[in-house]
Amino acid sequence: MTTTLRAAVEVAAAEGTVEGAVGGMVEYAWLLVALPAFGALVLLVGGRRTNAWGHLLGCATVLAAFGYGLALFLDTASLPAEERVRELRVYDWINVGALHADFGLRLDPLSLVFVLLITGVGGLIHVYAIGYMADDPGRRRFFGYFNLFVAAMLILVLGDNFVSLYLGWEGIGLASYLLIGWYQDRPYAATAAKKAFIMNRVGDVGLALGIFVIWRELGTVRFTEVFARVGEIDGPTLTAIALLMLLGGCGKSGQFPLQSWLPDAMAGPTPVSALIHAATMVTAGVYLIARCAPMYNLTEDGRLAVMAVGAITLLIGSIIGCAYDDFKKVLAYSTVSQIGYMFLAVGLGPFGYALGIAHLLTHGFFKAGLFLGAGSVMHAMNDEGDIRRLGGLYRHLPITFVTFTLGYLALIGFPFLSGYYSKDAIIEAAFRGEGWHGWVFGGAAALGAGITAFYMTRLMLVVFFGEERWRRLARLPAELDSADGRAYHPHESPPVMTVPMILLAVGSVGAGWFLQAGNRLDHWLEPAVGELREAEHGVLPHTTVVVLTLALIALGVLLAWLFVGRREVPVLRPSRVAFPVRAARADLYANAGAAVLFERPGIWLTRLAVFLDNKGFDGIVNGTAAFLGGTSGRLRRLQTGFVRSYALSMLGGGVLIVAALLVVRFS
Amino acid sequence: MNWYLPALLVLPLVGALVLRPLRGNDRAARATGMVFALAELGLAVVTWGAFQAGGGQRLQLTVSTDWIPAFGARFALGVDGIALVMIALIAVLVPVVLGASWEGDLALGRSTAGFIALLLVMESLIVGVFAATDVFLFYVLFEAMLVPMYFLIGRYGGPRRQYAAVKFFLYSLFGGLVMLASVIGLFVVSGRRLGAGTFDWVTLQRIAAEAPLSTQIWLFLGFFLAFAIKAPLVPLHTWLPDASAEAPIGAGVLLVGVLDKVGTFGFLRYCLPLFPAASRELAPYVLVLCVAGILYGALVAIGQSDMNRFVAYTSIAHFGFIALGVFAFSSQAFAGAVLYMFNHGITTGMLFLTIGMIITRGGSRAIEDYGGIAALAPVLAGLFLVAGLSSLALPGMNSFVSEFLILVGSFPRYPAFTVLATIGIIFAALYVLWVYQRVAQGPVRGAAVASSLVEGVNPVTGRLRFPDLSRRELAVLAPLVVLIIGLGVYPKPMLDVIVPSVNATMTEVGLTDPVTAQPVQPGGK
Repeated sequence: MTTTLRAAVEVAAAEGTVEGAVGGMVEYAWLLVALPAFGALVLLVGGRRTNAWGHLLGCATVLAAFGYGLALFLDTASLPAEERVRELRVYDWINVGALHADFGLRLDPLSLVFVLLITGVGGLIHVYAIGYMADDPGRRRFFGYFNLFVAAMLILVLGDNFVSLYLGWEGIGLASYLLIGWYQDRPYAATAAKKAFIMNRVGDVGLALGIFVIWRELGTVRFTEVFARVGEIDGPTLTAIALLMLLGGCGKSGQFPLQSWLPDAMAGPTPVSALIHAATMVTAGVYLIARCAPMYNLTEDGRLAVMAVGAITLLIGSIIGCAYDDFKKVLAYSTVSQIGYMFLAVGLGPFGYALGIAHLLTHGFFKAGLFLGAGSVMHAMNDEGDIRRLGGLYRHLPITFVTFTLGYLALIGFPFLSGYYSKDAIIEAAFRGEGWHGWVFGGAAALGAGITAFYMTRLMLVVFFGEERWRRLARLPAELDSADGRAYHPHESPPVMTVPMILLAVGSVGAGWFLQAGNRLDHWLEPAVGELREAEHGVLPHTTVVVLTLALIALGVLLAWLFVGRREVPVLRPSRVAFPVRAARADLYANAGAAVLFERPGIWLTRLAVFLDNKGFDGIVNGTAAFLGGTSGRLRRLQTGFVRSYALSMLGGGVLIVAALLVVRFS
Repeated sequence: MNWYLPALLVLPLVGALVLRPLRGNDRAARATGMVFALAELGLAVVTWGAFQAGGGQRLQLTVSTDWIPAFGARFALGVDGIALVMIALIAVLVPVVLGASWEGDLALGRSTAGFIALLLVMESLIVGVFAATDVFLFYVLFEAMLVPMYFLIGRYGGPRRQYAAVKFFLYSLFGGLVMLASVIGLFVVSGRRLGAGTFDWVTLQRIAAEAPLSTQIWLFLGFFLAFAIKAPLVPLHTWLPDASAEAPIGAGVLLVGVLDKVGTFGFLRYCLPLFPAASRELAPYVLVLCVAGILYGALVAIGQSDMNRFVAYTSIAHFGFIALGVFAFSSQAFAGAVLYMFNHGITTGMLFLTIGMIITRGGSRAIEDYGGIAALAPVLAGLFLVAGLSSLALPGMNSFVSEFLILVGSFPRYPAFTVLATIGIIFAALYVLWVYQRVAQGPVRGAAVASSLVEGVNPVTGRLRFPDLSRRELAVLAPLVVLIIGLGVYPKPMLDVIVPSVNATMTEVGLTDPVTAQPVQPGGK
């Protein structure tokens, strides 16, 4: 196919397009996508022949893409700010009439940041997966899917138009589907995979309709042209587009009301949870809104909806996170909640895009690190995911413990670690809204920080401290035991797993400071998302917000220590608990609600349709046929029924011909 | 004299004749059939090369001779981009179908040579239907192609084959006769205008468009009914699930994949250009049927328990999309509809074939008899999923390009219908993934799978009952996979051929695109 790739290169300035040649390196930017795509192709088509070295190829393509992405990043950084948006047309994809959905890449500060995140964190998780999946007979296929994911995600962030974005958007959905359902023998994994795909598709409909409206209004789907002319769209239509895109974002990013697929997605192997369902894919909604910044800047209602979704979700996620006993599901709800913060931030408009992206990047480090830590623990403990059965593990997994602790501190916003810079900045910005906006959104964000501190501290204490409860399991009745028998021999993971964890821990510690120092990220992103502003007046002064937030975090930690750390943790989950805990355990009734609203009516509708089809339409048809053919029995007998019906049809046809002739004559 | 189209028409017929003395010699019959099918494919490729995509003339490679001088019917052939794409589709599918039916055990007393000969005759007639430029010739071939399909279903089909065959035949015959009325009506109209009646499409297209609206509407309805039965639009669809469930897999692929496309092809070639005013007038009513078909077909598909019927209902939903594209009147939607006609043939063909391979192994069509086959036959399950993903129009696969074009092209003129149709893509995900989950994922289970594991060896074939794909099966499916991915990533070769003809259709309907390119004002905000 490479012969057909006509590398026509365009430089696009911030407004309008300026034709011109671009230096050598950018011309091959399609390699970023092609490398992992090639890896996926070889691994999935090559079959068993590639088993021996498949995982190495899978890592190599992603790391090579990272190297190339880094070079492109540095190349872009060396340019003056106004030349940092570059576009590369690769080939005509869908081109009919006025519609030009080309396969084109947009290399700008925003997409390059994502390229580094996806290939960098992604590369580390690929390496980790070599160790984690070592005993899985399907490891080669796993790396094929992983590479497919990276390729699709890169198309999503690099595409220069809405249709390429949609291609990547559903592509990552496919990779997610395949990987959630990885464990073929577990029926719930298949159900979770299907649920994820379908809830994502609900969001995708929103995104697709948003694209259709843009097309109707502007006659183009290219980012440069759309954003240059976005002012031509009238207000209500623009708000409608913003809401439709938000629906898309909610589906992909597990935001209210489409959040409930993400915890179920933890049925996949842990590297999948780390890469796809924490660090990259689920942040696509944030990317979408930041990418559409010129549009959201013009619609206050649209931004308000984004903030509301973010605020609601961050509270839902953190509240449910307090009640779960499944290691990965606690982290999953934590992801839901943290992405809520990102939505809240990008919903703030020009004040918040950089904050949202900053939190997205730091979260990419620490949440991936936390998941890899969880994977390391489970790897050491016969895949045991019930935290009530763990405990006291800091002695046995020292490296995992240290890296996990750093990720934990970063997540709760411990001073001077990553989360402190990125999350507290969002809380502070949320307080700067006018009137009730500031109080409601700021309050929700600060409260969420406190609850986050609570559930993460609970997780830390239950898993790594306290009694080694797994030793007690041998004395439990057999039906309560884990699937793998009772012998637990916790051990530290091999270097191929710990080294990525250490590197991510370094990021968890330093990334926040690095991005924040001298407003580095703000300046970097400006050419891509437009001028960023600082909100001037807030409902609370700066220092008050900082102190309040730190106080709430400290309170959360303290409460967790009082409730969990000081008491003995029962190995069995207590069933007689207060209503809030029951509600949180039931995902705040999201699934029950969906069942009442959609699932059951859907099943009835389906049954009705099948009944109608068999008895209604077909009944009428067969009844008529039986009537025409004399008796229904004869219809089955070819010779007699057939000839009669034929004759009758001929007669009917003849009548129709005469009728037609009459109509034609008299008209 | 352009020999391409006559050759395409005659070659399969010759094949059918050559097969006649080979009754009883199945090996030779299969080999001969395959040789002719591949030769036809080669010929189609040559024809594709001879066609000039951007070359001004709408109908190319034309041939015309006297046929029935008494009423001016001529034996006239010619293709535009739309017809060429459809001819390419049948040329691709026939060798695939032959390869897939290579080892199929026919019912006792049924000859392989006869089966292959019928397939080849049908190929020839379908090529003729797409290539005819004389309306009467089109009508005759339209009716004639029922005959081989009737025998394919009635002689070689499943347990309820006779019921299904008769139902199929009656439905189609009824539609055909109504169409005949309209064909004669056209002849009368042209006779009054020109003095002598004609069936020549080009001439008719010029004069019929000027007929009064009421006449147009009556004539339109005659054609429309026939085509709406053929490309089944709800509520005229009930013959399809029976026919495609009972048809032998190979015939089912051609039935749903190509033969039904004659309906949507007819909308584009006959309804729209010949009766533009009526088409514009009636489009909203047709769109109601399309959207109803998309949602209703999907809902019924979700509730199916029989795998073949499941595919039939997904096709009803897809035909809703195609017809939506035809009656939305924009170049994007038209192009999407034509591309979808090709893509749907490939996708549904692959879906039918993979399901057929599953059924051959398990011996049951019931979904509930299967479970967890991905563990036994990973490649088969994987390709089944590929076909399913293409069916739900995943981006990067062929159907996405066409479905996207249809929806994006329909939205500006008919936003409400498009929104409803777009919701249909959620249902599509539901029906595909749910069937895949029940058949392929989870622990190995189900009566058909379990019995095959217990018995171990199939008494007929003497091989393990649930093996993964054989080399032959892989070779049959591989070209379809290449087309699914290839045309999803790079649909340009198809669009280059389709778009000029589609633009011509826009002109004939007398409408312009609702959305046209607006250049960016340089320096503007």
